[in-house]
Amino acid sequence: MEKSLSWREFIITRLIQSSGYSAVIFVLLIFFFLLREGLPTLSEVDASSLLSVRWYPIEDYFGILPLISGSLMVTLGAALIAVPFGIGTAVYISEIAPRWMREILKPLVELLGGLPSVVLGFLGILVVSPFLRIFLDLPTGLTAFTGSLLLGGIAVPTIVSVAEDALDSVPRAYREGAWALGATRWQTIWRVTLPAARSGVLTAVMLGVGRAIGETMTVMMVTGNAPVLALKLGSLFSPVRTMTATIAAEMGEVANGSTHYHVLFLIGIVLFVISLIVNIIASSVVFRARKRAERILS
Amino acid sequence: MNKITIESLSLQYSDGTESLRDVSMGIHQNAVTVLFGPAGGGKSTLLRCLNRLNDLTEVKASSGQILIDGENILDPKVDVIALRRKVGMVFARPVPLPMSIRENIIYGLELAGEKRKSKLDEAVERSLKLSAVWDEVKDRLNDPAIALSGGQQQRLCLARVIALQPEIILLDEPTSGLDPISTGKVEAALLELKKEYTIILVPHSIQQAARTADYAAFFLTGELIEYGEGKSLFTIPKQKKTEDYIMGRFG
Repeated sequence: MEKSLSWREFIITRLIQSSGYSAVIFVLLIFFFLLREGLPTLSEVDASSLLSVRWYPIEDYFGILPLISGSLMVTLGAALIAVPFGIGTAVYISEIAPRWMREILKPLVELLGGLPSVVLGFLGILVVSPFLRIFLDLPTGLTAFTGSLLLGGIAVPTIVSVAEDALDSVPRAYREGAWALGATRWQTIWRVTLPAARSGVLTAVMLGVGRAIGETMTVMMVTGNAPVLALKLGSLFSPVRTMTATIAAEMGEVANGSTHYHVLFLIGIVLFVISLIVNIIASSVVFRARKRAERILS
Repeated sequence: MNKITIESLSLQYSDGTESLRDVSMGIHQNAVTVLFGPAGGGKSTLLRCLNRLNDLTEVKASSGQILIDGENILDPKVDVIALRRKVGMVFARPVPLPMSIRENIIYGLELAGEKRKSKLDEAVERSLKLSAVWDEVKDRLNDPAIALSGGQQQRLCLARVIALQPEIILLDEPTSGLDPISTGKVEAALLELKKEYTIILVPHSIQQAARTADYAAFFLTGELIEYGEGKSLFTIPKQKKTEDYIMGRFG
């Protein structure tokens, strides 16, 4: 009896252990695969050409700067839209809305998070972009701004959901403490509840931005896909092309093993590194906050 | 002279629990009034009516009135923010706000519009001294308040209330999480404070009630059973229920 129990224990432990290890191994394998396919670029195309501003692979122009700037611009725009809106919504749901309203809104927002991005892209092409073209008097409605708006829409549910959880877990006693000192509802939210939930809210923002960077389908559908270097504020209202859209659009038609193929993988590496950086910043912020709390409480 | 007059106050929470039933009592100025009794008796509810903190909880029905200096504070027209500055409150669990020690004290003052640094510094020192925690924290006023021990945090919360110069201080089991030494310090601070303030205390034990009470009120399931001077109530209670509770026969 005892023998079989300890055997079962052993097998279960090993199973859990191996699934834990395999998660790490898979990530590493993907990374090595990316490196193997992407790094040859560096010997095939020289750096000055890679860092040029022209992306025209058919004639061997492999400047990836326009793609990086396109991604950054769309993502930044999305973050500027989604962060205030998302946090505002989270504050409303958690702090202001009456209970029945909260019980409707929270699931609704989470439902919105499950909306396939291709559907949102569809909405973008049919509604948002014609509206922007007419309203802002642009030559085309397929611009970086259109992408930012829709990506913002994709990031908002993530931000709301995570930030609301963080706000909700702030002890009620904090709020009552502030109220009892004569703070109004708004003063309590701004000076007490939000700072207390700071690390959770930051995580929410990072997760939302992370989703926006990696998003492919929507941006491919609505940003116009013109690989033009976007540096000025005005380029917000002209077409751009993001890294994700480039990979998705061109990978299917590229000759296996060609220079173009390798460059696409290099773009993948760049994307990987960027989202890695965002994640590291996010977790270090959270980690530092926790460390500080531990130091103080010990 | 009654600072507060409570007239047939009843209150029922939305979840169906009735918390106060027709309570009437007068509360004396510059004295410690103790509200005691078993859990669920309505002591905390009464405290939370006095600074209208119940406004933010779901209350189904309430009636009666509470007069502070002759003004009915349950009137919807009353400025709740001003009321809460006049009626300060310390909670069972110390809740330092996520700021430094100094900021915790001046937060309420800043909300009230005080900006002069000299006034703020003065208030910090005065209130920390009154709540008997100044010597322990004076060298680290800019440290986060969470770094303090539980007893220090609770006295900081008391100081935070005093800094607002309220007229009435409500304390809801302020020493329930503290060791005997910290408890002693808080009680000593209360004795000092009652010279200037009207204090209403929900103690965490009968012993504390007996130690601190100038006046004592015994609450049982939402009703005020007995109310009178602390000395006589704890030695020769008039009501059978009060006696049973004090003798430890129930509760």
